[in-house]
Amino acid sequence: MTTTEPDVHALWKILEARIVAGDRFAGLFATRIADRDPVTLSAHVAVKGDGEAGGDIDTLEVTLPPGETRYPSLTRRVGAAFWYERVVHDELGLVPEGHPRLAPLIRPGDPLPRHVEGYGLFTIPHGPVRSGVLESIEYLVETPGEAIPHLNMRVFYKHRGVARRFTGMRPPDAVLLAERTEGIASVAHALAFCHAVERMAGCAPPPAAALIRVLHAELERIANHIDVAVRLADAAGLAVATARLALHKERVMRLVSRMCGSRFGRGVVVPGGVSALPRLTPAELRAEVEGLAKQVTDDAGALMATSSFLDRLRGTGPLTPARARTHGALGPIGKAAGFADDNRLTRPYDGYPDLALPPARAHEAGDALIRLRVRWEEVDQSFGLLRRVAAELAGRTGDQLRVSCEPAAGRALGWAEAPQGEVLYDVALAGGRVVHCQPRSASFHNLVLMHEVFTGDILTDFPFIEASFGLSVAGVAL
Amino acid sequence: MSIWVLRGLRDGVVTTRWPAKPDPYADAWRGPARPLDAPDSGRPADLTDLCPTGAITVTGGTVRVDQGRCILCGRCVAERPGVFAWSEGVTGPAALTREQLVIPELPETDEAVQAARARLRQRTAALRRSVYVRHVDAGSDGSEEWEIQALLGPVYDLHRLGVFVTASPRHADVLLVTGAGARGMSGPLRTTYDGMPDPKVVIATGTDAVSGGLLAGGEAVTGGVGATVPVDIWLAGSPPSPFGILNALLIAVGYLTPDGRRSR
Repeated sequence: MTTTEPDVHALWKILEARIVAGDRFAGLFATRIADRDPVTLSAHVAVKGDGEAGGDIDTLEVTLPPGETRYPSLTRRVGAAFWYERVVHDELGLVPEGHPRLAPLIRPGDPLPRHVEGYGLFTIPHGPVRSGVLESIEYLVETPGEAIPHLNMRVFYKHRGVARRFTGMRPPDAVLLAERTEGIASVAHALAFCHAVERMAGCAPPPAAALIRVLHAELERIANHIDVAVRLADAAGLAVATARLALHKERVMRLVSRMCGSRFGRGVVVPGGVSALPRLTPAELRAEVEGLAKQVTDDAGALMATSSFLDRLRGTGPLTPARARTHGALGPIGKAAGFADDNRLTRPYDGYPDLALPPARAHEAGDALIRLRVRWEEVDQSFGLLRRVAAELAGRTGDQLRVSCEPAAGRALGWAEAPQGEVLYDVALAGGRVVHCQPRSASFHNLVLMHEVFTGDILTDFPFIEASFGLSVAGVAL
Repeated sequence: MSIWVLRGLRDGVVTTRWPAKPDPYADAWRGPARPLDAPDSGRPADLTDLCPTGAITVTGGTVRVDQGRCILCGRCVAERPGVFAWSEGVTGPAALTREQLVIPELPETDEAVQAARARLRQRTAALRRSVYVRHVDAGSDGSEEWEIQALLGPVYDLHRLGVFVTASPRHADVLLVTGAGARGMSGPLRTTYDGMPDPKVVIATGTDAVSGGLLAGGEAVTGGVGATVPVDIWLAGSPPSPFGILNALLIAVGYLTPDGRRSR
């Protein structure tokens, strides 16, 4: 639901009150569709809904007076808007007055001044060319030698201008770009984009397609979570565990490629449904899932019983429940700190309403250990979902896979739960083409929290904390 | 810790023997689209409009696919199965010149390829079976990094071929560059390249790195990494498969020729 407010102050006041009352801040963006149009600020607020009624994500909007280049900053009231307002500034040059640190975030600009000053303090740069095969990002670790009193992140190196590239595309092409917005969560991004288009058209994928979407989304989740475990085991120097888990990840990706030809599930999700049936029969799929589940669960159990490994994670990089709540931390990072808002449960889509996904277990320690534990719990749940999907698909192999979905114009939000957390797409179409598309990945929303989790941790904890967040820079810098 | 010793033996050897022995997963790999040798009577625009990245051209009745632009969406294969098909196997989409990725080959390509091959052979003669690789992400979507990391896992095990990943460009012989060429990474990429000792080989890893893919033409990217560093091997794929990257690495070190033969 979209509501328009008369001025920025009124909007911020309502927004703040709603967040205090329990809604979740889900993003702030500025839109200017044509060059001389006035700018519209859109804030997204996620509502959980109660009982049977599914939740929604509301949009609160205000249009600035023509020619206005400044507005009062939201960050002072809602801290989670910190990075969002920097992006607004980067993209449109709007100045949020009173913003605490208005430096370039996603567009290359002047380096930030050092945050912590004092005798013996120095800055260790990690990146942008990292040691190892990793995405480009620069962490500036300000340290007296061991503790990390402050961390600066410079994410703009790999800014690709993705959001602008959507403009002018037809939805079937735009899905391909959505898949490449954050490549390790291709399916979730394609889903979120298609959900927005489908909302505009008022259509829903046929039941078989809804199940195939769940199938690929859950395999993507399993691959991502195993990848985090691989990186953590590698950071701890557990060579055999690293190799075993890497083997399982490869098996998952090969299963995906045997079903659709792409190891990342690309090309499966299309507006109105899916492109084709999996190339494995439901029986073959079930056998594959059973085999995988047994092996992954077994090695995960051994990893979580390796005390030298657990010692490195316990108490490392804790996010407090209070901070998780006020920031609206997404995905496993939020769940580990007692703030669980899983779109598959609270705002279900595709096959999820009928698959009876059990609610996540409650946690609150919020450290790297619990984050990994949450991931294994999600992997277990995903295997359960895959078994049910395989069983449900068995009777549906002849069903329709796609409905016509070609809205000419409109604007809608779409969402999906990626392995990293909620992915949000704000899409506007006119004349059958995209005139505005703003993706918001969980990586973008969550990465800023890395500023806050180093209390008491030291330099050697850094790789564990980074890996335990499990985010993708591609989804941050867009 | 002792539990891991036995676990390490559990599945026996899972490592591929490729390229010494064929690997069914590599051979069955679905590569970029290719045109079939079929005369087409329709309007050229009907074919060229199929491709979201403009990889399809029609000149004088010949349909060509620039695999360096192909993002493997498969639309052309699905819509016009009589004109386009998937290429099979992992050895196809690596080329020594950018033009060589255009299928069928343009008439002037062959000579350029011969020259490029001679230049590469001259340089890789110094590289023997201990080759160090540095990776730089110049605006990838993150998937290419996963596929390179897979090479370090037990299934592909790059180390068995004497190829190692290094953190320092000073130790590196091969530069694997991923991504569409984000302008913010041009400086760091160039610095890394300049920091490597000669001889060095650069691999543009993936369709984004070759041409920019869907991002080509955007103001934040250079549309491929060739604008920033001189590329020796062009590897298509969105992302390329781990076998494809392995193949490109083995071409880079002179172990394989681009047509898949062992050179030593």
